[in-house]
Amino acid sequence: MKTTQEDWTIEIYPKSKLFDLKLKELWHYRDLIALFVRRDFVAVYKQTIFGPLWFFIQPILTTIMFMVVFGGIAKMSTDGMPQAVFYLSGIVLWNYFSTCLSGTSSTFVTNKGVFGKVYFPRLVTPISLIISKLLTFGVQFTLFLGVYFYFLLFKESQIHPNAMIMFVPILIIITGGLALGMGLLITALTTKYRDFTFLLSFAIQLGMYATPIIYPASSVPGKMKLIIMANPMSGIIETFRYAFLGVGNFSWGALLYSFIVMIVLLSIGILTFNKVEKSFMDTV
Amino acid sequence: MKPAIKIENLSKQYRLGSVGTGSFAHDMNRWWHTVRGKADPYLKIGESNDRTKKGNSDYVWALQNINFEVQPGEVLGIIGKNGAGKSTLLKLLSRVTAPTTGSIKARGRIASLLEVGTGFHPELTGRENVFLNGAIMGMTKKEIASKFDEIVDFAGCERYIDTPVKRYSSGMYVRLAFAVAAHLEPEILIVDEVLAVGDAEFQKKAIGKMKEVSKGGGRTVLFVSHNMASIQQLCSRCVILENGTKIFEGDVNKAITRYLQNSKLDAQLKLVDRKDRTGTGNLKFSDFRVIREKTNESIDCIISGDDVIFQFELIGGSVNNVNFRMQVFDSSNHLKFLCNNLHSASAFKYVKGTNKVQCKIASFPLLTGDYYVNLRCRAENEIQDDIEFAFEFKVENGDFFGTGNIPAIHDGILINHKWEII
Repeated sequence: MKTTQEDWTIEIYPKSKLFDLKLKELWHYRDLIALFVRRDFVAVYKQTIFGPLWFFIQPILTTIMFMVVFGGIAKMSTDGMPQAVFYLSGIVLWNYFSTCLSGTSSTFVTNKGVFGKVYFPRLVTPISLIISKLLTFGVQFTLFLGVYFYFLLFKESQIHPNAMIMFVPILIIITGGLALGMGLLITALTTKYRDFTFLLSFAIQLGMYATPIIYPASSVPGKMKLIIMANPMSGIIETFRYAFLGVGNFSWGALLYSFIVMIVLLSIGILTFNKVEKSFMDTV
Repeated sequence: MKPAIKIENLSKQYRLGSVGTGSFAHDMNRWWHTVRGKADPYLKIGESNDRTKKGNSDYVWALQNINFEVQPGEVLGIIGKNGAGKSTLLKLLSRVTAPTTGSIKARGRIASLLEVGTGFHPELTGRENVFLNGAIMGMTKKEIASKFDEIVDFAGCERYIDTPVKRYSSGMYVRLAFAVAAHLEPEILIVDEVLAVGDAEFQKKAIGKMKEVSKGGGRTVLFVSHNMASIQQLCSRCVILENGTKIFEGDVNKAITRYLQNSKLDAQLKLVDRKDRTGTGNLKFSDFRVIREKTNESIDCIISGDDVIFQFELIGGSVNNVNFRMQVFDSSNHLKFLCNNLHSASAFKYVKGTNKVQCKIASFPLLTGDYYVNLRCRAENEIQDDIEFAFEFKVENGDFFGTGNIPAIHDGILINHKWEII
């Protein structure tokens, strides 16, 4: 009976190898990713008449608020751009980042019901979340494009789009990657000790002010600029604005920096996540 | 033949108490040991998982050194009391959590019939949920699509398929969820009857599906149950778990007897030591046991339909006209039946010393539940001995009629009968 053939299809051990990412398995579950995306996106506006149009409300109201408070009252610079376009460009991209981050960082806690019953690669849920938020971003991005073209075509303005627009998809990928990496790391760290979760929503709020969204990076004085640009999202927002509007501190260095931070965070995030996912049910 | 599942030295340790600064200190200590390349200091300690006793350690072994193999096409029953480690074993098998030590190896896809409706989203329609649920269980979209009509047909809710499942009746919801699970067709199927929700009809359907799966497809089934009748019907081999360890593996009938002996209720005072009794005391009950006639072994849990013997010991002097009465009550104090030798036979004559008396009951008629017995002995028109709650026993549903059909009734008793068209 002692067989030497090791042709097992499933082998369960206490610990997995550090770099065993099970990508093949993840690929097998691609349909599940697609269905989760659909669920997350569709379930939000079930039983509404306007459906996905509701995704417009939040950025519109935020933009108006910013125009009143920061543009109207505080009279902060927008690099000579129309306020609506300037704020909206920052808000739309930042929204994508912050919703992805807050979503993925609670992966284990929000999904413990399903995770506690069936096995599927746990990475499926955060990945599907990133994709479904991308759809939301897509909707809000069309809003931005609408406002943008209105100002570009029908209004006198200093808007100068340029070839960097080609890089916008890459900017979005880096944003998603950054949020995923951070989110995975945070969710892995908070399954047992929830301390970080108290910090997170607060940190996301503050993070917005540490990113050039309501102000252009060019208006930040000397030393503070270094701090602001250390935030990997700063380079992305600035590049995004530069591509569409032709203003802002675009530099390849900042973009490369964001990219490297993303790769590092993503690697650490996935490794930690994989280490925790096997037995998180015991501690969550 | 190569085994379908091979479990080696499988153990699972849990930490008791809450997570906080105390567990953090342990975590740091564990981490410090790992950094220096030493073994986890908390793996050495830990006690077996006996809930009733207060332990000295913060760690318990929910499972300890489990080893067994399951052959392809085999239906293996896993039995054990609550807290024996059955669910932990299933959790490890379904990869919900990882073992502390040891390994599980398997050939083929493992799926469980217990997690019916996992991931159903109330806002989505039946159709969307079928796909979502199927995908969670590891099916591809194509597989689900090819079985979709079958699933809807099985669930019998075609009319509602494009309605959000939150509008479903609970029965419809369960049926749809079960239909998906039932069409999964994995190589290894896990069925946990203990956790199975739903009504009797649904449970019957689950059992039916299991029979079909194990007989038809040559697929491997792990069956966890408290119901000895279904274990007997379905399984070819059994494993008994107790306090996290495997105490028996082998033939089903032997396993069942072993389990019934094991499900002993908490130690009771021996009859001879009981003080709460009335009567003259010339004759006194000193001991009792229940014997399963088929195996001639003493048990604490009776299966409906089995032939059993209630056996008593008495001490006392020589008397005439002895009369015994045994009343059986259910846990809500309703008298179910009584046995009196004046009804079924005649008074006994008694000789001095220790005597054994027995009362045979063919095809035991009670349903699942806890019961207790009041005993009384009269002689010469005087009560000699009377004990209330003389002993308790459990009953498990069984194949009373010998047809394999377990009646899904919760009250009343079973009675042998015969239907005929004349």
